[in-house]
Amino acid sequence: MSRPAVLVRERASAVRPSPAAYSGRPWWSLFTVGIAVLVATPVVAVVIDAVRQAASPDLPRGLGAMVLTTLLLMVGVGVGTLVIGGGLAWLVTAYRFPLRDALAWLLVLPLAMPAYILGFVFLSAFDVSGPVQQMLRSVFGTDVWIPDVASLPGAILVMSLTLYPYVYLLTRAALVEQAPGTYDAARTLGASRSRVLWRVLLPLARPSLAAALALVMMETLTDFATVQYFNVRTVSVGVYLVWKGSFDFGSATQLSALVLLFAVAVLAGERLLRGRARYHQRPGRGHGLQPERLSGWRAAGATAVCMAVLGAGFAVPVLQLLFWAVGDAIADPASLWDPRFADYLTNSVVVALVTAAVCVLLSLMMGHGLRLGGGWFVRAAAQLTTFGYAVPGAVVGIGVLLAFVALDRTLEALGVAGGTGLLVTGSVVGILYAYVVRFLAPAYQAVDASFAKVSPTMTMSAMSLGAKPRRILRQVHVPLVRPGVAVALVLVMIDAIKELPIVLLLRPFGFTTVSVWVYELASENFWEKAALPALVIVAVATVPVFFLFRHVRLIDTAHEVG
Amino acid sequence: MTQVPPSPPGSTRPALVLKDVTKRYGGVVAACALRLEAEPGELLTLIGPSGCGKSTTLRLVAGLERPDEGTICIADEVVADRRHWQPPERRRVGLVFQDHALFPHLTVAKNIAFGLDKLPRAERSRRVGEVLDMVRLGHLASRYPHELSGGEQQRVALARALAPKPAAVLLDEPFSNLDDNLRTKVRADTVAVLREAGTTAMLVTHDQTEALTVGDRVVVMRDGEIEQADTPERVFESPATRFVASFMGEADFLPARVRNALLTCEIGVVSTVPGWTTGWDVDVVLRPHEVALAVDPDSAARVVAVEYHGAFVLHTVVLGSGSTLRSWQPHAVRHPIGTPVTVSVVPGITPTLLIGDTAVTAPPL
Repeated sequence: MSRPAVLVRERASAVRPSPAAYSGRPWWSLFTVGIAVLVATPVVAVVIDAVRQAASPDLPRGLGAMVLTTLLLMVGVGVGTLVIGGGLAWLVTAYRFPLRDALAWLLVLPLAMPAYILGFVFLSAFDVSGPVQQMLRSVFGTDVWIPDVASLPGAILVMSLTLYPYVYLLTRAALVEQAPGTYDAARTLGASRSRVLWRVLLPLARPSLAAALALVMMETLTDFATVQYFNVRTVSVGVYLVWKGSFDFGSATQLSALVLLFAVAVLAGERLLRGRARYHQRPGRGHGLQPERLSGWRAAGATAVCMAVLGAGFAVPVLQLLFWAVGDAIADPASLWDPRFADYLTNSVVVALVTAAVCVLLSLMMGHGLRLGGGWFVRAAAQLTTFGYAVPGAVVGIGVLLAFVALDRTLEALGVAGGTGLLVTGSVVGILYAYVVRFLAPAYQAVDASFAKVSPTMTMSAMSLGAKPRRILRQVHVPLVRPGVAVALVLVMIDAIKELPIVLLLRPFGFTTVSVWVYELASENFWEKAALPALVIVAVATVPVFFLFRHVRLIDTAHEVG
Repeated sequence: MTQVPPSPPGSTRPALVLKDVTKRYGGVVAACALRLEAEPGELLTLIGPSGCGKSTTLRLVAGLERPDEGTICIADEVVADRRHWQPPERRRVGLVFQDHALFPHLTVAKNIAFGLDKLPRAERSRRVGEVLDMVRLGHLASRYPHELSGGEQQRVALARALAPKPAAVLLDEPFSNLDDNLRTKVRADTVAVLREAGTTAMLVTHDQTEALTVGDRVVVMRDGEIEQADTPERVFESPATRFVASFMGEADFLPARVRNALLTCEIGVVSTVPGWTTGWDVDVVLRPHEVALAVDPDSAARVVAVEYHGAFVLHTVVLGSGSTLRSWQPHAVRHPIGTPVTVSVVPGITPTLLIGDTAVTAPPL
């Protein structure tokens, strides 16, 4: 689940001017606080429920193993992405080699490959029945020792291959953008290139690396399907399995609270790694780090390494999916017109569209409300709405159920027979609510980044010209933050189309989306059947990567000029 | 909101009143018991070092900040006090910012029409034409802001602020984004337009020359307090405090003592002080144009620096006591460094006297 908005925001927030501090717009402030409450409710519900049961802990068996597995997975993926992403960033920034310019931005592509799709392609190739093992057995005999692919190391490899672009992007930005003057100064003081890397550039890049690692860890923690293919039982999966498997509410809630602890730990870890260092350097004048030309086998090696990562993370799996999809279409042309496909695709798109529209609308109102003032409390409330993204879908799902159960009880206590009735369990309202809780963050961050570019004096001028808040929203703010709105719509739609556990937990009977369909088909090893819907998801997910391409190109031009 | 009783015909009531206005940010006092009035049509300039509270004052008047204490009236109407609070959109105050803050998605004409939405269509376009003529930009009505030069953008911002006929226009360092050559011209144009429109205006600046040339009155601020609010001449020639003397133009200070109604200091008698009794110690403020030099081999004072400024040459002189004085000399006069000189006060000058940091005109009781 890509988060370019977060990447963009990382830089935009540095130059944000202080908003006007006047008061007197209580309704707009209240609205923002209201959204924060709405978004926080499911998470708070989980916490309250877990605390209430804390006296009689009812944690599932094998909890210790689950926690250990989660930790190992997160550390493994963290190290994996650091090595792949950081290494590639240094290679591409510090050296020139054939195809470097194209590879520099193509290396972002694996971000478009959801880990659960790469996961099943990977399994199909390397599993016991896959072509690789068959070949190995035919060469070395059936006794040959082959490590189990569907294991923790397998999951770490697959997730590192899809998540390294976060580290890659932020490291590259840090290497290129961090004050060229600093690099020049270090070089004139007699430091070699590699010494400057270790002693100057990396320490300066620490906040960026911390941010990238936090993103990676968060994605690892929220992953749901990949880990299941690989038989890796993380706490997030545990929540779902306990809930759906044994309908043990109490146990699932307590496990959810534990997952929340992990999320908080990641956020705290980022702060800690960042330390007090806030290096927001202005791109100054200077030569900066200039790429060195590689030749001979070293040049070929560099190109090969980049190609290998790109191939493993994107090109080969896409080709495999295409191969399956075409093969399946030829073998069974009727499957192309499978009415279920159109049905599920419509479900996915409609739910995604509604979610995106709601998220963008709420983000706009919040950004506008903040612009009108309100002080630290309202700003904190707005910040709170972005926490949902750090919470795994399964936990949000359980929180939504808990919240609705509480609402039901209240309504019945007030004399409304049946409470909310089938509103939640019988319709997609629950899914939509959970989606908004989870995806408000990317929408708000994109819209907020756009708001940050609108000078506060613009708002002040409009007010002094007699415009009331609603007119300012309509005639000044909305036209000016349109780019952010577009980005937000796209990001939320894509995240919503890829989302899996929320639908699995909250869907009404008979409701299926493309992502669930892929997951179910792949779980039952119907890889050929899963190929076409998987390709659709990859194609959709490629869209935000194009936004990132622009970002990378901007870095490149800055580099060349610098 | 409270209506102050309507003014009797013929009398001029202040267009803008600040009465004991205080604003704090946390523990920092950004504005402290400000008292200020502006006559209708008057142009005030607010000046002071950064962080002195001049922009805060502007924001308080515009309604972008709410005062903690005090009363603000605009055009006879209380817009802020303990009980009342009018948001900026109801204050009839025009704003012009340093970054112009033109709406980038609207044409020049639509930018100006933004504040006229309550007028009928025909009247609206008539008024847009009127103010565009006033700033002589009628030919650019259908352009977008990014297609204009900095000076043109500044004029559009002014026209936009003036269009709804505000009770006062507030300008926050409106010229500091323009380069030096353009600034003088745009400044003159802006003042001309403000005069033509007859609007009360308050202009924040950090440029001393600008404050002195533009304002009917200059308000010098420091640490959230008004040090002096007076005509440019009085602010320059009779600064109220040591700070005003040194901030508005160059000034040196020499200790002096009253003896027989004469004020005597290291360079001799600087002025007569009738009514003063012998024995008072004061500091005398001397500006470089008030200090005369003459070569004198017997003098203990030495020229230590010479700066060529074109029309004038600035000489820095160290006196026998170690005190420093500066003196403007015509461009042809240039005493080499080390030249012994006698220093005196140019005849006809009545220098400002300070006791402590405050200027005095009569002996303290």
